[in-house]
Amino acid sequence: MSQYLLSTYAVEGEVPGAPSTPEEMQAFMQRVVAVEDEMEASGTFVFGGALHDPEAATVVRMGGGDLVMTDGPFVEAKEHIAGFYIINADDLDAALAWARKVVDAINHPIEVRPFRATGRVQA
Amino acid sequence: MTAGVAAQAEAAAVERVFREAHGQAVATLVRIFGDITLAEDAVQEAFVVASERWRSAGIPPNPAGWIVRTARNRAIDELRRSARGRALYDQLGVVAASHSPGMKEWEEDGPVRDDQLRLIFTCCHPALRTEHHVALTLRLLGGLSVEEVARSFLVSESTMAKRLVRAKYKIKAAKIPYRVPEEADLPERLRSVLSVVYLIYNTGLDDPERASLRSEALRLARALVELLPNQPEAAGLLALLLLSESRMPARTAEGALVLLRDQDRSKWDRTMIEEGHAIVRACIRRGQPGPFQLQAAIQAVHCHADSFEATDWPQIVALYDHLLSVMPTPVVALNRAIALAEIEGPGAALTTLDAIAPDLDNYHLLHAARGTMLRRLGQPDAARAAFERAAQLAATEADRRFLAQQLRELAEG
Repeated sequence: MSQYLLSTYAVEGEVPGAPSTPEEMQAFMQRVVAVEDEMEASGTFVFGGALHDPEAATVVRMGGGDLVMTDGPFVEAKEHIAGFYIINADDLDAALAWARKVVDAINHPIEVRPFRATGRVQA
Repeated sequence: MTAGVAAQAEAAAVERVFREAHGQAVATLVRIFGDITLAEDAVQEAFVVASERWRSAGIPPNPAGWIVRTARNRAIDELRRSARGRALYDQLGVVAASHSPGMKEWEEDGPVRDDQLRLIFTCCHPALRTEHHVALTLRLLGGLSVEEVARSFLVSESTMAKRLVRAKYKIKAAKIPYRVPEEADLPERLRSVLSVVYLIYNTGLDDPERASLRSEALRLARALVELLPNQPEAAGLLALLLLSESRMPARTAEGALVLLRDQDRSKWDRTMIEEGHAIVRACIRRGQPGPFQLQAAIQAVHCHADSFEATDWPQIVALYDHLLSVMPTPVVALNRAIALAEIEGPGAALTTLDAIAPDLDNYHLLHAARGTMLRRLGQPDAARAAFERAAQLAATEADRRFLAQQLRELAEG
């Protein structure tokens, strides 16, 4: 069993195609919850969810033996990860089938990227 | 026959066997060992052993089987060597490989053929980019060397080597599966495989250096028809390639492209035309038309005509209408407009061409077609401008020579 990261990106804080009215938001959440329930029931779901904006991020690094913190994201870019799932899947086709379900639910592109076999992740 | 000629013939025969065995051998080893690079290297080593041994002992009765057995043993040796350093994990792999049912199945027809099919679907997986589809297919299934693939795509050997390494890395890292897609996904996935084979064929057009790509594409198309007898689009592609190939002897003269209108039809290959026609008729009886079958049907109508004037143009335009409904691309619209000129005249064709011109401004054939229509309408200045633009955009020497000829004829009035 392999693990894959399914991530979605926001462009300048906006997710194109995101729900704008309360009704749309409710329908959106229902679709997302339905996919997550399906992932959970099939043993696919490992972890995931939506992220706060990159302004809420802190970068931590070592500088001259001291811990230095910087307010903001690591990469100054227009695009930032807006949310992600980590899933179990037998192979890329299985992962892509889940990505398709997520795309249908959130109406936004998904990047599918395999985890390497390190630490607790097994190939 | 002198000894030198005999040795040359022998070497050519061995070369042919290698090329044909490459896809089978790599595909079978990928099934047994689950690793493309290991399979490729082992097959390469088996070829080296074969070219030594076969020189004295002759080509064995089942050369592909010989290559697979030798390559399999080499791969196991390779795994054992690395297993020493890596303890149990790899040793288990070797044991599993030694007891794999793969070699027993090898003698049977079914699984071996399925191996090649699995491999071509892996090579043409939609998660890989098109240039990687083509490179992997030619290297692994076509058995072309990295250098030959590089030459076919006008890139350096190191660029092509990197491209192949990158594609194989992704297959392994992302776990692109080695299997024939499920029935529901098959038509869509097959379309990408067929497009790759068609692209390989077209890359071999009009360039003597790359002519072998056409026979490679024909071989792959034939293999796909055999492997997927229930997929009419595979048959459609084979018919399309056969009918295009049948006209190759008349397609160029003195290195310049010859228009269908001016081709010497007695040079067309009748055997290929007959085979192509038989496939098109079978496709029509089946009644599940698709883009490749329709394109083949159009070529079949052309090949059926004894002269350009005797061509059934209404039938061709009707087939283009059908094709346009399933494949609404500007290039199809361009070809339909060219056929329309033979029924409704160059004026009607020009109106259609002008409508699609913005979409195909960088395509030399649009400007060449406009030039032809303008010339027939008696507008030499506008025709010259169109042919000049086409000549700037033309990619092959044969196209450029044809366009230079058109410009000369215009200048002569």
